[in-house]
Amino acid sequence: MANSIRIRAKASAGEATVKALITHPMETGLRKDKKTGDKIPAHYITEVKGEHNGKTVVVAQWGPAVSKNPYIAFVFAGAKPGDSVKLSWVDNQGKSDTAEAKIK
Amino acid sequence: MQRRSFLKGTLAGGTVAVAMGAGLLSPRQVLAAWPESAFTAKSVNDAMGGLFGTADNTPSNKIQIKAPDIAENGAVVPVSVTTSLAATSIAIVAEKNGQPLAANFELSGSAKGDVATRIKMGKTSDVIAVVKSGGKLFTARKNVKVTIGGCGG
Repeated sequence: MANSIRIRAKASAGEATVKALITHPMETGLRKDKKTGDKIPAHYITEVKGEHNGKTVVVAQWGPAVSKNPYIAFVFAGAKPGDSVKLSWVDNQGKSDTAEAKIK
Repeated sequence: MQRRSFLKGTLAGGTVAVAMGAGLLSPRQVLAAWPESAFTAKSVNDAMGGLFGTADNTPSNKIQIKAPDIAENGAVVPVSVTTSLAATSIAIVAEKNGQPLAANFELSGSAKGDVATRIKMGKTSDVIAVVKSGGKLFTARKNVKVTIGGCGG
């Protein structure tokens, strides 16, 4: 699951706004396959972590009620252009991905 | 002599088992941080209790929820929560969803009380933002009308 994350971080007046889109089905486990009538197994992101220069700033715990292909945004202080921002996620099936970006 | 080597064997085996146990535990501990009881809770109070250990909360006007008044598609409802309180965590709850808790953001260090995501909503209901600040819970609500539900399908 490489490149499942699109991340952008922008600094202004020492505060960085990080916005990211993750490609993920976010299945609730309640939906049924229309053809077979079988339940589609739950598959959703449980944790997203945002790091600034290696220091964790945000840990988001998600349930299945977060939309498909989730969007996440957060703001933190003490940032300057060129700093690194890392975002990683883990889902309920143990899959994960990480992406890194430089603050603009 | 035989007994000694037998003992040695079991001891070594025991150490391996302990090491393996520790190795298996570390990824589980990461998962254990995910508050399952809060996410599977069927009511807002249970969700808050599971997440924060208490459902006692105070409505606050220092929390702003940005969400549409009418969401045409309940599968994608953009919600952003901003607060001037010194927040350590912000939870987003859709009151009438089968499992109301949608997301919880743990903020540490330099993070500001300003988060956004998109959630699914089954039907028209209040979106509740729960902000934990100084060990207390503060809430704000905003009603979102949903014309097409986002759960099931």
